[in-house]
Amino acid sequence: MAIEHSPVQLTKADFASDQMVKWCPGCGDHAILASILGIFPEIGYKKENFCVVSGIGCSSRFPYYVNTYGFHGIHGRAGAIATGVKIANPHLSVWIASGDGDATAIGGNHFIHLIRRNMDMNYILFNNRIYGLTKGQYSPTTKQGQVTKTSPFGVIDYPFNPGELVIGSRGTFFARAIDNSPKTLGEVCRAMAAHDGAAIVEVLQNCVIFNDKTHAEVTNREFKEERQLWLEQGKPMIFGKNRDKGIILKGNHLEVVEIGKDGITEEDLLVHDATRENTGVHMMLAQMCPPEFPMAFGVIRAVKAPTYNQIFEKQMEEANQVSPIKCVDDLLNSGDTWEV
Amino acid sequence: MTTKTLNEKENVVVRFVGDSGDGMQLSGTLFSETAALDGNDIATFPDYPAEIRAPHNTIAGVSGFQVQIGKRIYSSGDNCDVLVAMNPASLKSNLKWAKKGGIIIVDIDTFTDDAIQKAGYTNNPLEDDSLSSYILVKAPMTAMTVEAVKDIFTDKRSSERSRNMFALGMIFYIFSKDLTHTDAYLDKKFKKSPDVIAANKAVVRAGYNFCENTDVIQAERAVVGHAQMPKGKYRNITGNIATAWGLLAAAEKANLPLFLGSYPITPATDILIELAKHKSLGARVFQAEDEIAGICSAIGASFAGAMACTTTSGPGLSLKSEAIGLAVMTELPLIIVDVQRGGPSTGLPTKTEQSDLYQALFGRNGEAPCIVIAASSSANSFYYAFEAARLSLEHMTPTILLTDGYLGNGSQLFRIPKMSELPTINPPFATPNDTTYMPYKRNPETLVREWAIPGMEGLRHRIGGLEKLDGKGSVSTESANHQLMVNNRAQKVQKVADRLPDQKVMGDEDAELLVVGWGGTEGALKLAVEELRDEGKKIAFTHFNYIMPLPKNTGDILKKYKKIIVCELNMGQFVNYLRMNFENIPMLQYNKVQGLPFEVSELKEKFKQILGE
Repeated sequence: MAIEHSPVQLTKADFASDQMVKWCPGCGDHAILASILGIFPEIGYKKENFCVVSGIGCSSRFPYYVNTYGFHGIHGRAGAIATGVKIANPHLSVWIASGDGDATAIGGNHFIHLIRRNMDMNYILFNNRIYGLTKGQYSPTTKQGQVTKTSPFGVIDYPFNPGELVIGSRGTFFARAIDNSPKTLGEVCRAMAAHDGAAIVEVLQNCVIFNDKTHAEVTNREFKEERQLWLEQGKPMIFGKNRDKGIILKGNHLEVVEIGKDGITEEDLLVHDATRENTGVHMMLAQMCPPEFPMAFGVIRAVKAPTYNQIFEKQMEEANQVSPIKCVDDLLNSGDTWEV
Repeated sequence: MTTKTLNEKENVVVRFVGDSGDGMQLSGTLFSETAALDGNDIATFPDYPAEIRAPHNTIAGVSGFQVQIGKRIYSSGDNCDVLVAMNPASLKSNLKWAKKGGIIIVDIDTFTDDAIQKAGYTNNPLEDDSLSSYILVKAPMTAMTVEAVKDIFTDKRSSERSRNMFALGMIFYIFSKDLTHTDAYLDKKFKKSPDVIAANKAVVRAGYNFCENTDVIQAERAVVGHAQMPKGKYRNITGNIATAWGLLAAAEKANLPLFLGSYPITPATDILIELAKHKSLGARVFQAEDEIAGICSAIGASFAGAMACTTTSGPGLSLKSEAIGLAVMTELPLIIVDVQRGGPSTGLPTKTEQSDLYQALFGRNGEAPCIVIAASSSANSFYYAFEAARLSLEHMTPTILLTDGYLGNGSQLFRIPKMSELPTINPPFATPNDTTYMPYKRNPETLVREWAIPGMEGLRHRIGGLEKLDGKGSVSTESANHQLMVNNRAQKVQKVADRLPDQKVMGDEDAELLVVGWGGTEGALKLAVEELRDEGKKIAFTHFNYIMPLPKNTGDILKKYKKIIVCELNMGQFVNYLRMNFENIPMLQYNKVQGLPFEVSELKEKFKQILGE
C-alpha cells in the first residue's frame, strides 16, 4: 500500500490553490492552512496522491484552498466519504478537515467508528467550540453555561472533550495543538502524517467573530506557559514559565507538583510515553484542563497497530490466492448447475 | 403399485410451513432443486416471520417456503396444491393458501392439546369438519422419524430433528422425484457428521416409503410438466444473489474494482453477504456503521475511481436521500439498490411492496434527477443490476435499482450467460495531463462529464455539494448558472432514453385493454394476461423496467389502447408518474398494499370485469 513519491522535490507553491480564501481576517484557519501547505511538500508524495475530504462548516472549505484532489461533502460525513476513498484507493494519502460540529455532533458516529477501525487517514479537527458558518450557535464542545444564539440562558449540555472520544474509541493517535503556534502545529501534523492509522489532531482554533478568545484560558500570553504542557516522547512532563512545574502520577490520578518543593525532583515526574497501548494515562492527559492542570499539547498518544486498510488488503490478497473463483464466469458456473 | 397411471399436471404449487427452526426452507429448497434438475421450471418464495425464533408453536413463529414447478412458470404461484404443515400454528396461518380439493399433509404428532390451543384453535381441526374440503393426510411424522433413526440417535432432540426430511420424502414420492440430489446435498453439507447424513437419508426414505403404503396418496400422485427452456446451462438463483452477481459482472466488464458500502437491512442484506464473499473478484466490501456511512463511503469510493454501490431497503433509502443528492451534484456514478419492503417507517420488514417508487423518483431536496430502473424477476435482477451499473458508469449519474422482497428472496431458474455475451461498459475517463480538462466540461451529445481519478497526473480538482460553475466546476451561486446546471442535470438523465430499448407489448394491437405493470409483479401480470388470451380475450400487456427515463415509445404505446389499467403493489405511484408524463391518456389503476404479491386469480377477475364493462 505504499504511496508513490514525487520524483521531484515539491514546494508549497505546488499545493497553492487559485481560489480566494474566504475565511474571516484573523481566523485561526489561516494558520492551519499555512501549516498544511508547508507539510505536504515535505511528506514527499506525488501531488496527485493527496486527497483532502471535508464535510460542512468553515473549516470544511479547506479542500478548495489546497491544490490536491479534493472533495467537499455534506455535513458530518467527511469521515465516511474519506473511508470510501481510502478503501477504494489505498494508494492515496487521505486528509480530513473537520470542525467540532461536523466531527462531534452530526458526524459523531462516523468519527468514532473511523477511529475504532484505525482507518488510515489524517484527521484535523478544528475546534472553535462554536458553529461559525451558521453564525454562532453552541456546539458539542461549547462550555457549559456559555450564552450563544441558541443558548440565551446558557448552555445546559455537558461538553465533549474530543481527546476523550478518540482515546475512548481506542484511537491509535491523538495530538493537540494551537492555531497560533505554527511551529508546534507543524510538528504534530508531521507526526500525524507519519502515523499509520487513524490520526486525529485537535487544533484549538479561535473564531474571532462568534467565539473570540474561547481558548484564552490556555492561550493567553500572560500565563500560557503555566497553562500549557507540551509533551515530548521519553521526557518528563515539565511546564511553567520557569520550567519549575511538573506532573506526577499519584495513586490512580495525576497531580501538579513544583520541582524543588517537598523534595520533588525531575526524577519523580511522569515520563511521557505516547506509545503505551494502555489508554489510562493518555486519557488522564487528554482530560487535564485549567485551572487545576495545564492542558496537554503535542502527541498524547501514538500507538502502533495494524490499520484497517493493511488488514483489508491482506485479506484481498489471500482470497485472491486461495479462491478457485478468479473471474465472474467462474462464479456463474460455480456450485450446482446443469445443462438443458 | 407403480402400475397405476399417474396424473398429469402442467404446474404444481407446494407450500412447506412449520415453526421457524423446523427446517422448512431446506425442505423447500431441496424439492425445488430436485424438480429443476428433473426438467421442471421453478419459482420459489420463502415466507419468513420477522422474529428469528418466536415462541415455539405460535403463529408468530411460522416460517414457510412456497415453490411452483412445471411447464409455464412466471411466479411462485398463488394458492398451493399441496400444503405441508408441521404443526397446528402453521396449519392455522396457512390454510388460506391451500386450494380447495388440494392436499394437506400434517404431522399429527404435533397436534397436542397444548399446541392446538397455542395456535388459537378451540377444537382440534383434524377432528372436526373444518378440513373436509381438502384431502387430508395425517402422517405421524415425528414418531416415524424417531423410529427411522433409532439406531443412530437416542436423545429426543437429535432424533426428532430430521422431521423436515420426512415431509420432503413424502413430496418426492407424490411428484415422482428421485433422491439423488438430496443425498448428494447431505453428503456435502454434513461431511463431518456421518451420523447426521445417515439419519437424514433414512428419514427422507421413511417419508417416501410411508406414502407408498398410504392409499389416499396413491390417487394423487402426479407427474408435472417439463418446461420448454432454451438450451443452455442453468442454475437456481435468488434475486438478491442475482443482483450481487450482476454488479460483479458489471465491475469486471468495466474493469473497475467494485466497492460496496452497506449496512444490514431486511430484505437487502443477502446482497451484502454475497458480495462480502467475493474478495477474490476484487469486491471491496465495507460494512458501514449506518446507512448514511454506507452511501457516503460509496460516494468517496466513486470519487476515488471504483464502481461504487450501496444496497438497502426503504427506510435505508430515506436515510441516504441527502447523500444521493450529493452524488447527483458531483455527477459521480453510484448504484443504489433498494430491495423494497412494506412501509412506511419500519413497516413490514419481511413482506414485499412497490411503494418506494416516489421515493426513488422524487425523494431528495432540490431538482435531483436520478436514473431509476426496476428488475422484474429474480433471475433478471442479474441483468438489471448490470444495466444499472452500466448506465450509471457511462452517464456519470447515480442510478437507483428497485427490486423487492419477493424478487430478492424468491428464486428462479437462471440460464447462465457467458461474460462475453454481455455488453461492454466504457466509463468516460479523463485523459491524464489533458490541459483542457475541466471537471464539469460535458460531452455535447450526452451532457456527461469526464471522470478524473485521484492519482491521475495533471487532473487535480475539487468537487462537492455546492453548486458548480458550468465547465470549470468551481463553486458558483450565480443565478443563471444554477438554472443552466439544473437543466443540464435533468437533460443528462433524459438523454439516457436515447440508448434504451423500445418498450415492448405482448398481445394484440387492437386489444380492448392494455395491462401495465412495472418491477416485481411481471410474473403474475403476464400469466393473468396469457391465460385470458388463451380464453380468447382481447388483452395486451406491457411491463416497465426502465422508469426514469421512460422508453421513448411509451407515449405511442399508451395512446393506442382504449382502456389502460396500471397494476402495482402501492396506492398508484407509477400510474401517477405516467399521468404526470402523459396528461390526456385516461388510466385505470389496480392497487394492493397488503405486503403480498398479486395473485393471478384476482388480476384475471379484475381484468374480466373491465373487459365486460
